[in-house]
Amino acid sequence: MNMIEALTAARPGSGKTRAAAPARRRLLDQDWRRLACAGAVLAVGQVFIALTGMPVTFDRRLLIDPILSLGYLALLWLPPVVGNWVGREQVLEGMAAYAKGGRDVVAGAMAGLLGNLGLTLLVLGITHFDVRDPLVHWSPQLLGILEFDQSVWLGALVWPAIGAATGALGGAMHWMGDKTARTMVLALSTVFAAAVLESVIVDLSQGFHIEAVSDWLYGPQRGLTLAATAVIVAVAVAASAGFSWARAASGRTAPQASAQPDAAGAGSLPAQTAWRRIPARKLLGWAFAPAAIIVLPLFLGRLTNELLANVGLFILLALGLNIIVGLAGILDLGYVAFFAVGGYSVAVLTSPGSPRFDPEIPWFGALFAAMLLAGLAGLLIGAPVIRMRGDYLAVVTLGFGEIIRILLLSDWLSGTFNGAQGITNIPGVEVFGLATVRGFEPRSVLYLVLFFCAIAIYVSWRLENSRIGRAWMAVREDESVAEAMGVDTVSAKIMAFVTGAVLGSFSGAILSAKVGSVFPHSFAIIVSIVILVVVIFGGMGNIAGVVAGAVVLIGVLGGPNQPGLLQEFAEYKILIYGALLVWMMLQRPEGLIPSARRARELQANDVNQDAWLRAQPAGRATDDAGGTSDRGRP
Amino acid sequence: MQKTTKQRTNVDWFLTVLRVASLAVIAAGFAAFVAQLIDSDNPFARWANPDAISLTGEQFRGLVVTGLAQGSMYGLIALGYSMVYGVLGFINFAHGEVFMVGAMTGAITSNKLAESGYWESSFVVCLLLVVVLSMLVCTITAVVMERVAYRPLRGKPRLIPLITSIGVSFFLQNCVLALLGSTVKSYPDLPNWLTDKRTFLDVQGSKILVVLVAATAMVALWYLVEKTKTGKAMRAVAEDAEIASLMGIDVNRIIVKTFAVGGAMAGVAGILWGLLFRSVIHTTGFLPGIKAFSSAVVGGIGNLGGSMAGGLTIGVAESLGPLMILEPLGVSGPSQLRDAVAFAVLIIVLLVRPSGLFGEQLPSDERT
Amino acid sequence: MTRFHSSRTLAKRKGTFAWAIAVLAALSLLAASCGNDDDGPAVADQAPLATATEAPMATEAPAADPAPAADPRGDAVGDGSLGVVTVPAGEAIQIRSLNAISGPVAFLGLPNQRAVELAIADYGDISGFSVDMGTPLDGLCSSEGGQAAAQTIAADEQVIGVIGTSCSGAAVAAAPLITQAGMVIISPSNTSPALTSDFQGNPGESYNAGYYRTAHNDLVQGAAMANFVFSELGIDNAAALHDGDPYTQGLASAFRNSFEELGGTVSGFTGINKGDTDMVPALTELAAGSPGALFFPIFQPEGDFVAAQAPTVSGLEGTSLLAADGLLVDDFLALTDSVGMHFSGPDTRFGTNTNQSTGQSADQILAAYTQAHGEAPSAAFWGHAYDAATLLLDAVAAASWVEDGDLHIDRAGVRQHLNSVSGYNGITGTLSCDDFGDCASQKITVVYHQDSEAVEAGKENVVYSYP
Repeated sequence: MNMIEALTAARPGSGKTRAAAPARRRLLDQDWRRLACAGAVLAVGQVFIALTGMPVTFDRRLLIDPILSLGYLALLWLPPVVGNWVGREQVLEGMAAYAKGGRDVVAGAMAGLLGNLGLTLLVLGITHFDVRDPLVHWSPQLLGILEFDQSVWLGALVWPAIGAATGALGGAMHWMGDKTARTMVLALSTVFAAAVLESVIVDLSQGFHIEAVSDWLYGPQRGLTLAATAVIVAVAVAASAGFSWARAASGRTAPQASAQPDAAGAGSLPAQTAWRRIPARKLLGWAFAPAAIIVLPLFLGRLTNELLANVGLFILLALGLNIIVGLAGILDLGYVAFFAVGGYSVAVLTSPGSPRFDPEIPWFGALFAAMLLAGLAGLLIGAPVIRMRGDYLAVVTLGFGEIIRILLLSDWLSGTFNGAQGITNIPGVEVFGLATVRGFEPRSVLYLVLFFCAIAIYVSWRLENSRIGRAWMAVREDESVAEAMGVDTVSAKIMAFVTGAVLGSFSGAILSAKVGSVFPHSFAIIVSIVILVVVIFGGMGNIAGVVAGAVVLIGVLGGPNQPGLLQEFAEYKILIYGALLVWMMLQRPEGLIPSARRARELQANDVNQDAWLRAQPAGRATDDAGGTSDRGRP
Repeated sequence: MQKTTKQRTNVDWFLTVLRVASLAVIAAGFAAFVAQLIDSDNPFARWANPDAISLTGEQFRGLVVTGLAQGSMYGLIALGYSMVYGVLGFINFAHGEVFMVGAMTGAITSNKLAESGYWESSFVVCLLLVVVLSMLVCTITAVVMERVAYRPLRGKPRLIPLITSIGVSFFLQNCVLALLGSTVKSYPDLPNWLTDKRTFLDVQGSKILVVLVAATAMVALWYLVEKTKTGKAMRAVAEDAEIASLMGIDVNRIIVKTFAVGGAMAGVAGILWGLLFRSVIHTTGFLPGIKAFSSAVVGGIGNLGGSMAGGLTIGVAESLGPLMILEPLGVSGPSQLRDAVAFAVLIIVLLVRPSGLFGEQLPSDERT
Repeated sequence: MTRFHSSRTLAKRKGTFAWAIAVLAALSLLAASCGNDDDGPAVADQAPLATATEAPMATEAPAADPAPAADPRGDAVGDGSLGVVTVPAGEAIQIRSLNAISGPVAFLGLPNQRAVELAIADYGDISGFSVDMGTPLDGLCSSEGGQAAAQTIAADEQVIGVIGTSCSGAAVAAAPLITQAGMVIISPSNTSPALTSDFQGNPGESYNAGYYRTAHNDLVQGAAMANFVFSELGIDNAAALHDGDPYTQGLASAFRNSFEELGGTVSGFTGINKGDTDMVPALTELAAGSPGALFFPIFQPEGDFVAAQAPTVSGLEGTSLLAADGLLVDDFLALTDSVGMHFSGPDTRFGTNTNQSTGQSADQILAAYTQAHGEAPSAAFWGHAYDAATLLLDAVAAASWVEDGDLHIDRAGVRQHLNSVSGYNGITGTLSCDDFGDCASQKITVVYHQDSEAVEAGKENVVYSYP
């Protein structure tokens, strides 16, 4: 399937009379309108990214030592994505698809070229006009990045060329076959992950006393060295090849099991083989994972432990919110209130700096008080809102969250909460006189957090499969039906609030002891929103998903008040969180690791459709690259 | 079954206690305020708060006027929430940010005009130009938002577009921060007829303007929805989109129009905001957006008149509440609790009337 | 039915719970004890901990025993008690910036960070070694953010010192971590007395040796404003307004305390919230006490609203409006509403001041800043950040020596140098460090703003200096 073949292939007639065999199209047989549209969108996107200042801010961080910084990556990732999109053809259900070919590459290249002309215009614009008054990043630094610190004309000419090349690459992803495409994506994402995880890998290699590895991997400015990049690419390619070999070996018997594990109608034979394979792997996982989690922090440095402790705090919060939003389906936008109750209860009761309650009690005692108060708060907030409709409920819970923050901040109650000055000098956690958990030693905090995460995961897991858990899910799916079936929806919802509140208060209590101080500003609305993004990104209603969401988002991007691995993102964190929330809702509302039940609920139509397509006899012959409808062939 | 009924009554009992308690606090605060007015030495006032301040008539009127002006702003923004809710049935959380984009556009263009001197020489023309520009930018923002973020989600469970709109809200806010920087953008000086207190009512011209524009906008919107063909189509889509499309109504077009109208209203509100408060920053849309959202809910969302009434309720309540209810009860620094008062009003209204002041009682199966 | 069942599962869960808790507790204890065996870093952590508290005493005899002539250290200060950092040839000296650079307080932190960048560029190499600020860290103006960023810094043993934090709240959590790692932290904009001292010899409750700041102490500014209002304006009834920020609340309280000590009455003290626009209720509350002066040390945009709305509130028509450095910025002064206001703040008549380490004048730095970033600094502390950075670099230069091509920096020497700073000419004036890390000139001026067209003139129209 090379260019010449594609060129010489006969152009098919009109769409109506498509032949049964996939037809090829000429290189220039493009959907020009779509192409222009993609080019324009790309141009706007590229100029937007440039003008937000991301290239300048991210330029400090090298990914591959002398050649690629995060700043340039910010301008490089969009053309291939758009190129891929424009090269993909939408195929109506039941209609024949065209064969992938050189046309896709040309489409991608042209879209990339058109789009990056936007950057050319920007370069010329910055040199000739000055609109820095509203646009703060219309700056010489940006110009420097865009013209590669060379000359204006170089920049103006090179960007379209880069666009064309990367766009073509994106378009070629269709053409080169799924195996190659997958290998390429794997290699690129491995390199990216290795570059991003620099501090963790350095930290780990120090812990295991193999500094030589990280010294070899990374240059002095934190970027991967060229040699290391080459080796990582090679390893990724080899792994991908090995993986697809293994897959081919096992795939002959069960072609669909791995592709669509959540599809209900996948047939009984593959389902059985999949089921038979799981236990051994799972058993190993069950034995190994906890041991690894307990031992690993010993080999990690301060930085990674701190990062993981923060991630753990958000896992706790997300698990709590998951019960309210994910299981019971109540959109609580004021979840931060419970975090605040936990944090402040512990602060007031344990700190000698708090203005009230002089006899200070130990942390564990304060924790019980915090749990009690949080449960009470859950009851108080939950009771008035459970009868409200979903969207009313969202704004009312948001209001409750704000009211609690305002009260903590107020001069009126500063006799108890010390108002804006916060409560400082909160002591650490004395674990039965054996050890002290303090913020100075992130490792000790991490163990405390892990302990509570384990409790929270256990509780969530048990609740999910209990009677009350099923009641929650029934309420989520359809409240009226649930009520008709005899579920006490009111008490189920209140239980969800109370349980979620108690889990959130754990996190607050640990936060107080960890940071040693609390301020009302730590409990703003944005915290609620970030927790919500974590839950949704990970997969509402799924414990593993929520944990994964917290690890990925809080670990890499950082929390509202906590930096993540990519500290360069700090200025754009909320921007990215917002965009991610939208993207996730549009593309994968069920989340990273979906809960099977929830996914079915959200994508009922698609799943049915896919199942139908697969059930067709010809469907079995298609490769297993994905269930999206643009690949189906009748 | 018996147990279930009993638990329901438990919750109902608890809610009744909450209702009574909140109303009692309001009543007690108000009584103390009145007692204070009559005689600051009477036993009740002395018991409630011995150092309570008393308001002069002029101060009281100042509070009411500023509450009404602020409330009109909330109402104007809330109209946009209500329009979209009426037609699509979901709350577009990002509407407050569209409003901020309008205020921002106004600040930038009016400053450019002021630099070139036109702002002073021909203020009204400039103002109209700025308003038109701001409406245009807001309309485009709203329409693009609908096309990119909301259209693909039609027919999904109701919470999905709501969550999406929260994402859009934070995205827009931070876009403006990233593009335009974190400094405060101020409107240039206004002519005297807007800033001076008018002899009529002794109120600032800009506040009168805000109230007038808000009233006009509401009437115009009412006319659009009730009397025009587009309005009829909007109502049809709101009733049942599928049937409407069978009747030959282009549903997508109507929805885009709805967003466009909402966006244009936000643009007008943005400029009025600029005239009233004069300073804009990327977070300007957030709190007013949430309060307008609350206003729409208080008024009974989907109801245009109700939104305006809700806005006025919240505006006046947060203006008067701290000094009339909390101060007499001995709360120190009550102004700090202003936002808490606004949200408390929302909660109390919904406790007493679960579908808002003017909202229709919805059948239980629509509660999701 | 449901209740009965759920309580039963709860009881059952409790049993399993206890078991799970016991196992996990045992495991975590085991892990914690293993953690102590990992002696390398633990000892390293302990050493600075022990000596950190003694550091101020060492300052009593700066450069008491000069190094022997043959010593490669030359005249580098320090006794090595906090360890020595070795910068291999060809690598850079590491310092860090820890400011709030995202979120609503970015306006405060970004100028600080950018000024540090400028200072590093202007300062040039130290003994042939370049200085690297690394990735700017974000303290997020919160204690959690400060702590997390401080962990990042403390984990990197090459780091000598930190310029930050922007906010006192972040410093409360960050300073202990950074100082215990033997590093120094110099803040350009923390002003809370809790971080240093009350000037009576009592350390604040969050004081750490190794913490310095080039910003003034709130107590001075509060006293300055109180004295100005009471003595210069002759007003004995004042009100104060804050916005719930620890800084503004602290400063408003300091003003209240000083004013009452002087014999005046503070008839109103209240707060507004960030994001509020309608200030009339709060102003009406204050108007009830008929104050002669209103002090609102808040920020933009809320400050704009207060300035615009105060004259319209009945009872405040003739009241003098006073604000602090948070509003002493170009954008605010360009408003006509700000005409006739007084502003207290650190002496910002930087124009002619020259930093003695880089030789750059304030005007030059400001021009470079505007050129590079397209906007004027959005807060008043960029000069303090510049001075903080040059102080740190001077300290590095004083406490370092080259041996076998590598640069050695004595951490104790860095502190010793900073403790002995006296009469340093910076952008912000003459800096001298006291025993608790207050290095600022502590000179507070009150300016009177008369013309919104003449912003710079407004900043320099000083009508009162304190002390």
